[in-house]
Amino acid sequence: MWDLATHSLDVAKLRGAKYADVRVMHLRQRDLTTKNGQVGTLAQSESIGLGIRVLANGAWGFASTDRLTRDGVAACAAHAVSIARASALAKRHDVTMVGEEAFVDSWQSPFVKDPFEIPLESQLALLLAADAEMRRVKGVTLTETDMQFRKIDSWFASSIGSRIHQSKVISGCGIVATAFQGDEIQKRSYPNSFGGQHVLAGYELIESLDLLKHAPVIAEEAAALHAAAQCLQKTGTLILGGSQLGLQIHESVGHPIELDRVLGEEANFAGTSFLTLDKLNHLRYGSDIVSVVADATIAHGPGLGSFAYDDEGVPAQCTDIIKDGQFRGYLSNRETAKLIGLQRSSGTMRAESWNRLPIIRMTNISLLPGSWDYDDLIADTDDGIFMETNKSWSIDDRRYQFQFSTEIGWEIKGGKKVRMLKNPSYGGITTEFWNSCDAICSAKYWTLWGTPNCGKGQPMQTMGTGHGAAPSRFRNVQIGTAFSGR
Amino acid sequence: MITARKSMGRAAARGKQAKAALSDARRLHGIISDVLRLAKSAGAEETEVHVEEVLDDLTRFANNAIHQNVSENGITVSVRTVAEGRTARVTTNRIDEDSLRAAVESSLSLAASQPKDKHLLPLPGKQRYRAVQRFIKQTAAVTPEDRARAVRRACDLAVQQGQVAAGIFSTGESQSAMGNSRGLLAAYRETHAEFSITMQEAPAASWAKANAADVREIDPQELSQRASQKAHMAVDAKELAIGKYTVILEPAAALDLVGFLFYDFAATAVADKRSCLNARMGKPLFGKNISIVDDAYHPLQLGAPFDGEGIPRERVLLVDRGVPRNLVYSRKAAKIARKAPTGHGFMLPNEYGEAPMNLVFAGGDSSLEKMIASTERGLLVTRIWYIREVDPYEKIMTGMTRDGLFLVEKGKVTSAVRNLRFNQSLLEALRNVEMLGPALRATGEEAFEMVVPAMKIRDFNFTEVTKF
Repeated sequence: MWDLATHSLDVAKLRGAKYADVRVMHLRQRDLTTKNGQVGTLAQSESIGLGIRVLANGAWGFASTDRLTRDGVAACAAHAVSIARASALAKRHDVTMVGEEAFVDSWQSPFVKDPFEIPLESQLALLLAADAEMRRVKGVTLTETDMQFRKIDSWFASSIGSRIHQSKVISGCGIVATAFQGDEIQKRSYPNSFGGQHVLAGYELIESLDLLKHAPVIAEEAAALHAAAQCLQKTGTLILGGSQLGLQIHESVGHPIELDRVLGEEANFAGTSFLTLDKLNHLRYGSDIVSVVADATIAHGPGLGSFAYDDEGVPAQCTDIIKDGQFRGYLSNRETAKLIGLQRSSGTMRAESWNRLPIIRMTNISLLPGSWDYDDLIADTDDGIFMETNKSWSIDDRRYQFQFSTEIGWEIKGGKKVRMLKNPSYGGITTEFWNSCDAICSAKYWTLWGTPNCGKGQPMQTMGTGHGAAPSRFRNVQIGTAFSGR
Repeated sequence: MITARKSMGRAAARGKQAKAALSDARRLHGIISDVLRLAKSAGAEETEVHVEEVLDDLTRFANNAIHQNVSENGITVSVRTVAEGRTARVTTNRIDEDSLRAAVESSLSLAASQPKDKHLLPLPGKQRYRAVQRFIKQTAAVTPEDRARAVRRACDLAVQQGQVAAGIFSTGESQSAMGNSRGLLAAYRETHAEFSITMQEAPAASWAKANAADVREIDPQELSQRASQKAHMAVDAKELAIGKYTVILEPAAALDLVGFLFYDFAATAVADKRSCLNARMGKPLFGKNISIVDDAYHPLQLGAPFDGEGIPRERVLLVDRGVPRNLVYSRKAAKIARKAPTGHGFMLPNEYGEAPMNLVFAGGDSSLEKMIASTERGLLVTRIWYIREVDPYEKIMTGMTRDGLFLVEKGKVTSAVRNLRFNQSLLEALRNVEMLGPALRATGEEAFEMVVPAMKIRDFNFTEVTKF
């Protein structure tokens, strides 16, 4: 691979590129699903190719090819340079970037059990057994399970001399029970909705989830939701479970801190951000107990945003985003860092595949744990609602106004969970919400959740991101807005 | 077209850059034949092969300049084998014989790992397809320089108006071919072009977008001017109280909202009891002015005339004057329901079955101007964003307005309005449609393209206001 990567860089330089970087990527994926006791999807895929990004005439060009021969990558590199020259026809200034060192390194993400070495029969048997456990529950009308495994190898080389090989193993799994009755469809998922939990790890993730124990629990809850009281519309106290809070972080912190959005580069599609440059170090984002980091280092945990180097050859870093409630940092790359006067990129450029341009992506954007014990938090809440497991999510294109709904809610009265609530939802304005946070559970309850389906860019790229969170409490929140006016 | 690809490499070495092109269709058929031969030798009882080739280019601009400019070229081969009542799929982009053999063997190995599927059908035999012509050589001929010049003109307009432009101009071509061991052979190629622009005039913005097979049907400058004028109108937005309003949804807004309805028309979704059409087929559900067909052959549609199993796509009347009449069926769903397959199945194996993908609404004769003129008090909506399903059976959708929300009073647009969040039942909205515009090919960001009219809808439920 290095020969092809180097050859493409050489051709780009010969054609006049002032800078070039290249990624050869080999992606392998296995997908297994079941539905109502039958195998649904059973598929495997692989894709290998090369993508080269060049700077010529002060503008960017990118081309990709699956033709991994010297002729093929040479043509691809030449095409990238010609595209860059075309870009220069509509440039306002030359692209500049902050400096970066050259690195020569190799990195393998940690895992215990290679999921591709585990017999398919046992993987399917586990899913079918979980499926059967859910179907045993009266009232359940649809059961679904899934596993997904990925291996991603990338060879990065750049014209400043970097040569970085990284290998990742990613595993994911989830189960869902749905109950249709009367005029309602209710569902419960474990360990999270929309595909479950996904981490940078091997089959040990699956074994840790104990699907067979949780399958009947969520199935019972899905059926019971039909008889539960409707979540009322009010302003009140809200406690969010960890996975829902992870998505709240993703939408109302992770996206607005992307510097490409802030600088208008995503204005046509993903949107912009309320976090204009004047707010850095001045905005009170949250209450004093709110601290959020963007941490791509493996020391943070096996998150979907963990790596050794980003796809621009910048080492993984931990950046303060919110420190004791104050807004402290953005997600940047070498170009946007230069534009706002930073000394170094925060190392967040990632490409979905060899045929996609690296763009700024969330790494692991995590709310640092607080000091509360979960039981104490519930006991300390006189009147509130606990919501968990996301059902829907939506936020405006500057990331101010959001609304989420969850699969299940629990009314809390006098420090106790007293009854189940259906159709819970809440909404608010990002900074008002984070400033209303008055309790965060401790590290004992903190989980690094994986969001495998973050879409951004044109052409669209899907990327995995990590979000560490523990159950937390928020005051004076608008609750029940999704069903208001009905 | 191996020859063309090789010549591109030689041209690169000589210092000239030839425009790449899709392979000759015979090359894709050759790959299919190779895979079928390899699968037979490996012991597959039946085999299905899909080959896809893409050649896509996208020029992206922001802050009045091109900031990303990309090109993608690749072939993928997807193999599904069947043995002893079991099936599985393996996809690869390595097309040498050893890799294709490995894909076949992996598919057989995956298939063997599962219990027998009693519902698995034999592969379909040879089919007859209605021809569609959706490959436009003028689109395929567009160069990065052509796109850059168009973008430059759009950005220059923004500069002249004191605005900031962001968007994309993409052109591309793709082809697919599929074959199976029972003699089925199908092929399709198309071109596609898209221009999308957001014009920003702080603190406001507006947007326009078009998509077609023929790049000559897209006028970037007209779209830029439209977005520019609306962005200027959107400055000085005032906050409006939440509540129920009459809305006039421009076609892109209507598209992105109604796009969430159509997976419910899958027979498998109904059988799974996850569809909002459970217990509602044949009963009045929408207004009498709502009729919808799925029609892959409509002149404003794109897409292949066959589905993931190679079954010809049928024109299906989904909704007739407000009454949901028909679902779409894959072969498996059709067998279970004792119906004929409609040519809407996804590639197997999958758990979702099928979906209509070429939707055409019956339009009306009301122009946007007529809708505005007839409105005492309401909102004109350019675009809606981040739409998600809150309630799957009542089909309550939430989302935000974006890039141009305007107050209509006494038949005239009187001011810009800050963006609002809606929580609205889609079923109810389609019961409350008061006027329809002519149906046209619309493109948004949340739903696939369809032929849909602008809609004037009463009592649309807005529940929250944002800060811009």
